[in-house]
Amino acid sequence: MGLDPTLLARIQFAFTVSFHIIFPTFTIGVAAYLATLEVLWGWTGAERYKRLAAFWTKIFAVSFAMGVVSGLVLSYQFGTNWSRFSATVGNVVGPLIGYEVLTAFFLEATFLSVLLFGGERVPRWLHVFSGIAVAFGTALSAFWILSANSWMQTPAGYTMQGGVAFPLDWWAIIFNPSFPYRLAHMLDASLLTGGFVVLAIGARYLLANRHVEEARTMLRMAILLTSVLAPLQLLIGDQHGLNTLKYQPMKIAAIEGHWDGSKPGAFEIFAWPDEKTETNLLSIAIPHGSSLVLTHEWNGLFPGLKSVPLQDRPPVKNVFFGFRIMLAIGFYMIAAALFGALLWWRGRLFETRWYLTIVANTWWVGFVAVIAGWTVTEGGRQPWIVQGVLRTADAVSPVPAGSVLTTLILFVVVYLTVFSFGAYFINRLIARGIQDRTLPARPPELASGRAKFES
Amino acid sequence: MDFVALLPFIWAALIGIAVAFYVILDGFDLGIGVLFPFARGDAERDRMLAAIAPFWDGNETWLVLGGGGLLVAFPRAYSIIMPAFYLPIMAMLLALVFRGVTFEFRGIAERKRFWNFVFAAGSTVAGFCQGLVLGGLVQGVKIENGAFAGGAFDWATPFGVLCGLGVVAGYALLGSTWLMMKTDGDMAARAAGKAKVLLLAVLVFMAAVSVFTPLEIPRIAERWFALPNFYYLLPVPILTAAVALADWYFIATRHEAAPFLATIALFLLGYLGLVISTFPFIVPPDLTIRDAAAAPASQSFILIGTLILLPIILGYTALTYWLFRGKVGASAAYH
Ligand code: HDD
Ligand code: HEM
Ligand code: HEM
Repeated sequence: MGLDPTLLARIQFAFTVSFHIIFPTFTIGVAAYLATLEVLWGWTGAERYKRLAAFWTKIFAVSFAMGVVSGLVLSYQFGTNWSRFSATVGNVVGPLIGYEVLTAFFLEATFLSVLLFGGERVPRWLHVFSGIAVAFGTALSAFWILSANSWMQTPAGYTMQGGVAFPLDWWAIIFNPSFPYRLAHMLDASLLTGGFVVLAIGARYLLANRHVEEARTMLRMAILLTSVLAPLQLLIGDQHGLNTLKYQPMKIAAIEGHWDGSKPGAFEIFAWPDEKTETNLLSIAIPHGSSLVLTHEWNGLFPGLKSVPLQDRPPVKNVFFGFRIMLAIGFYMIAAALFGALLWWRGRLFETRWYLTIVANTWWVGFVAVIAGWTVTEGGRQPWIVQGVLRTADAVSPVPAGSVLTTLILFVVVYLTVFSFGAYFINRLIARGIQDRTLPARPPELASGRAKFES
Repeated sequence: MDFVALLPFIWAALIGIAVAFYVILDGFDLGIGVLFPFARGDAERDRMLAAIAPFWDGNETWLVLGGGGLLVAFPRAYSIIMPAFYLPIMAMLLALVFRGVTFEFRGIAERKRFWNFVFAAGSTVAGFCQGLVLGGLVQGVKIENGAFAGGAFDWATPFGVLCGLGVVAGYALLGSTWLMMKTDGDMAARAAGKAKVLLLAVLVFMAAVSVFTPLEIPRIAERWFALPNFYYLLPVPILTAAVALADWYFIATRHEAAPFLATIALFLLGYLGLVISTFPFIVPPDLTIRDAAAAPASQSFILIGTLILLPIILGYTALTYWLFRGKVGASAAYH
């Protein structure tokens, strides 16, 4: 049986990029949180901000390291696995990635060192500044890489000559039609992901009756942030979808499980899209729901999957289910954040144990939503790697399938090992707790709290 | 020559500089990993890690810049080199993954032995693979219709292995001279002992490469030995010999910073030799710098940014090295 090098390359890239995106999502969110803590500490001089910043810096460092090494892998995979992609659109995508390295990566690396090791060596203002610089660097890196990815979704400002893309207008390339939506949606996603982790850890400590003062600060800060950003994400996502309808109608058709464009679309709450019969099985739907959301009309029409031949359709199931997972988490986030705000307002936030138990156990929702969201975005672009310009199958490297398979297996083994250790170590840092830097050893009451915490 | 014709050469020079920065900077911290198994106990290993922990991430970013720069400025070369060296590059990346996370993991872990091994193995494999790629590139890559047309194991030659071992020895030399500078007492003395052995090994590898390449590759023999060239290029080997002697002297007399600086000079001369052997090819024996260049609009768009940002980046780098200057104390532990 012949192995398909394109399929293997896709699986390999999907695996390595999904692994990578876990860490940027988290580090962008936590970097912003750290910067806030550093500023609050600099401003108020309250010790709890300093202790919280020291605690989060350690967790941040572990995940940042995993982000760096997995990103390094990706930047080389454009050449190793997608060499014909690089040769075809390198003139356009290359400089965007180049600017990411030049503007963001060195900035992040430098000020991360100051943040981690500067401690006693640098003046306080430089430490605070480093926190801000790292946060700014992570967002800047998101700016450029999302610009590159958005250009692949909605290419603009280029011309094709002899099968190769040439840039015409850099402004149009960088600020291509889907970029503003994608940047806003992804930054919000990162802050939300970080916010739910902070919320969860605050709740864990409070339930265990440890670090009560810091735990309350974490809860308040996280709820303040997420109760604004979670509803905002729904708005951004909605606008993002309308933009996608304009430029990538087949992605929307797959998201909605919409086969026949001559009829209005229902919103499928659940269904099993069947590519053979071109219908949705087991459907539970809100009639006319999609038409209303997408066209703001009861009987509004939008293109269906059947309007293009089979080989031009994206893989419907990935996109369809990915979208529903993201949406469900989006609504959960809104509910959790607003309910928390309500409890806070009523003065019962720190006593409502069932609420704390729920949020303590849902630290992972942001990560799942992000991977689901990217599955929608990238799966919905198929069979194109650059929408309307280059097909994924024409972008792979001339590398034997055996090499790709071997390295794919190695990636899975290595990444799962590294990930397990990383998760284990982060959990250990959390269990070890927030340490008071002025005390040489852990006080006894924390040690007993730890025993309770770990059980 | 007008600007557009000059652009590819400006870019070749910039990428050459990025690669040189990478090799020297990440070279010394990878070298610390190569030396890890030969350290005396975990206390000494803690100190070795502390001597490089604030620097490694920035150092590795030069690798991203080198690879990214190639994609930006020479997408054709990038799309040939990467598939040609698929397996060694992937092995290098995996090795760097393991080694990079060690900085954070080892400090938290209770069982340090395992992470000591991971760090040493990751660093050594990464250096060795870089040498394999270098060797394969010097020997040449098979291209047809603008794409890589060779086999998956073309790089697996005795010359490649020679280069791999040479790079590992060279990184270890950089690492040990870095330790001479960053530590003191007993530890610095032992680093000097290692540096002597490693310097000899590096010289043997350099000599072997210098003999092997002209013998095997006529294009390179002609470059060095055809007549006016021979006289122009003669200073390179003479200077190399002088720097090697100076390096030996500095190590033997236990200078602090001079051995590291002399080793850098030795690396740069070796690098210059390779550039002389391959210019104007970016992927020998067929693809030249000019053929591989990206569209002028792309090269100039990012050149503007580079000219502004590169000085800032050098500033960051200098800031890090300045902030974390001085010796690492005996009690130094990471975080
Ligand atoms: C939304 C943001 C985002 C997205 C979509 C990506 N990355 Fe990333 N990347 C980051 C945000 C980020 C970051 C926040 O800047 C990281 C994560 C953690 C870190 O250390 O920096 C990073 C690190 C990082 C590094 C290491 C940088 C260093 O040495 O410091 C490289 C080479 C890449 N990435 C490359 C990529 C590539 C090729 C991607 C796409 C296929 C990609 N990243 C997607
Ligand atoms: C901004 C950074 C990117 C992120 C976070 C990202 C994320 C993802 C995710 C989550 C998937 C899995 C989707 C699925 O399999 O259904 C995926 C698939 C894929 N991505 Fe991306 N991607 C990014 C950029 C790119 C780039 C630059 C390329 C081109 C080289 C690319 C090419 C692919 C390919 C070929 C697949 C496999 C598609 C499939 O199996 O359906 N992606 N990506
Ligand atoms: C609450 C309602 C939400 C709606 C209506 C929504 C809508 C969308 C849509 C339509 C896309 C696909 C865009 C395209 O590829 O053209 C998308 C992608 C994505 N979503 Fe959401 N989303 C929501 C919530 C969330 C949440 C809560 C998260 C994570 C915390 C999230 C993370 C992402 C990510 C990472 C992507 C891929 C990047 C991108 O294309 O922007 N989304 N979302």
